[in-house]
Amino acid sequence: MSEAAKSSNADNFFKPHRLCLIALALLLLGCVIGFMRWDWVPHYSGLIAYGLGVTLLVLFSTSILGFLLAVPIGLVQVTGPWPLKAVAQAFCTVIRGTPLLLQLWLIYYGLGSLFPQFPAIRHSFLWTYLRDGWPYGVAALAISFAAYEAEVMRGAFLGVPRGELEAARAFGMNPFTMFRRIWLPRALRRALPTLAGETVLQLKATPLIATITVVDLYAVILKIRQETFATYEPLLLLTLIYICLTAILVAAFRYLEHRIPTSGA
Amino acid sequence: MTDATWIINWSLLALEPPGWGGVLLNGLVRSLEIAIGGYGLGLCLGTGGAIGKLYGGPVMRDLLKVYTTLVRAVPELVLILILYYAGTDLLNQLSAALGYGSVDISGLVAGIFVIGVVEGAYSTEVLRGAIQSISPGQIEAGRAFGMAPTKILLRITIPAMLPHAIPGLSNLWLIATKDTALLAVVGFSELTMATRQAAGSSKAYILFFCAAGVLYLAVTLISNVIIGAIDRRCRRGIAGESA
Repeated sequence: MSEAAKSSNADNFFKPHRLCLIALALLLLGCVIGFMRWDWVPHYSGLIAYGLGVTLLVLFSTSILGFLLAVPIGLVQVTGPWPLKAVAQAFCTVIRGTPLLLQLWLIYYGLGSLFPQFPAIRHSFLWTYLRDGWPYGVAALAISFAAYEAEVMRGAFLGVPRGELEAARAFGMNPFTMFRRIWLPRALRRALPTLAGETVLQLKATPLIATITVVDLYAVILKIRQETFATYEPLLLLTLIYICLTAILVAAFRYLEHRIPTSGA
Repeated sequence: MTDATWIINWSLLALEPPGWGGVLLNGLVRSLEIAIGGYGLGLCLGTGGAIGKLYGGPVMRDLLKVYTTLVRAVPELVLILILYYAGTDLLNQLSAALGYGSVDISGLVAGIFVIGVVEGAYSTEVLRGAIQSISPGQIEAGRAFGMAPTKILLRITIPAMLPHAIPGLSNLWLIATKDTALLAVVGFSELTMATRQAAGSSKAYILFFCAAGVLYLAVTLISNVIIGAIDRRCRRGIAGESA
């Protein structure tokens, strides 16, 4: 049984049953295109592109911000003095133990209802931004990414062999140089495979910001649904776009992984 | 109204009607019902999916691959929207076609169905990996002893795979409890929705969202303790992990 499975896996991708399945899928796709309503697509294509741009912008900005936060949080959990370690661990536990939607609404409705009470904030330049939903969305998503990624980085920092760090110390590197030249690059290499998964999870978290009035791809599709009364077609398009984005992200990270030599990592 | 957000008004959390504590706890119970139901359904789908992926025919394996890939690539919020509306719509049309008239699907059943389909895709992968990590000799030994396939499953495969599966399955349980919050977006009154209503009508946003956070966190921490106990029990007798 298992040998038969192995030998069939070794064969090429196109086998008779796959060809049938692909034909069936194409037939289904043809029905979807032919029998459903797609006349709204050209009219809304600009809006869809705008929403896609917002989604990607939020994805990359929160991933980068969250990652920059995650490195120190992961590091203090490995080497920090105990109060910092305890704070970092409590942060990770609380963020990972509560739903992102709740955190998002806490920040948006909670802080959003506090800020207007400070005249200093209300009259500062910040207010033009704080009236919108997106700063709260970016903050919540970045914090969430930081908490999940900090756990990964903690493991990655711990996984760097002691001997390499001792060698760096023996060469007379000061702690910062050692961190920058040895510890961080070695840890990043270890964290890269999990980073791909975390980024896909982050992409899947972005539509939540539509609930706090940010117009991303998901919000655009909801708007189209309301305006055209097309029930399923916009949702199918949305699904297709997210699948493509996930595939591109996974492929990009796989390419990045192959670019980095991993001997002995 | 302005000082209500500054000086914490604990009476808002009272269990009796002027306070909102009872509403929150009720929402927590609804959340847990969906999480438990969805997780159970997900485990059933995952077990079937893992067995289908490992021992099924080529068509079955390809179809399951499509299922797990699709569900894991699409945001949960979008899946919930599609399954919640399309699922109830399809069921209505089906029952209308069969002559039963439209059925009224409770939000609870729809929620369990949605969370179950999502969890099923992830648990398929977890269980498949766990079953694959059993050394084939153990199953062959069972077969050599003349055990029936169901007996091999009950006595060898499941006990041997559990230690490998439990970390993944416990993660899935925690994801299930948190994913129930997403049902608030389609208007289902679980904990997050109840919190939003309580916060909206009393304007004490921070108090109520923090209270709900504490409830979710308590569920997570209690789950961790229970999972730890189950994990220790499943790992008993495994050498080399004395910690």
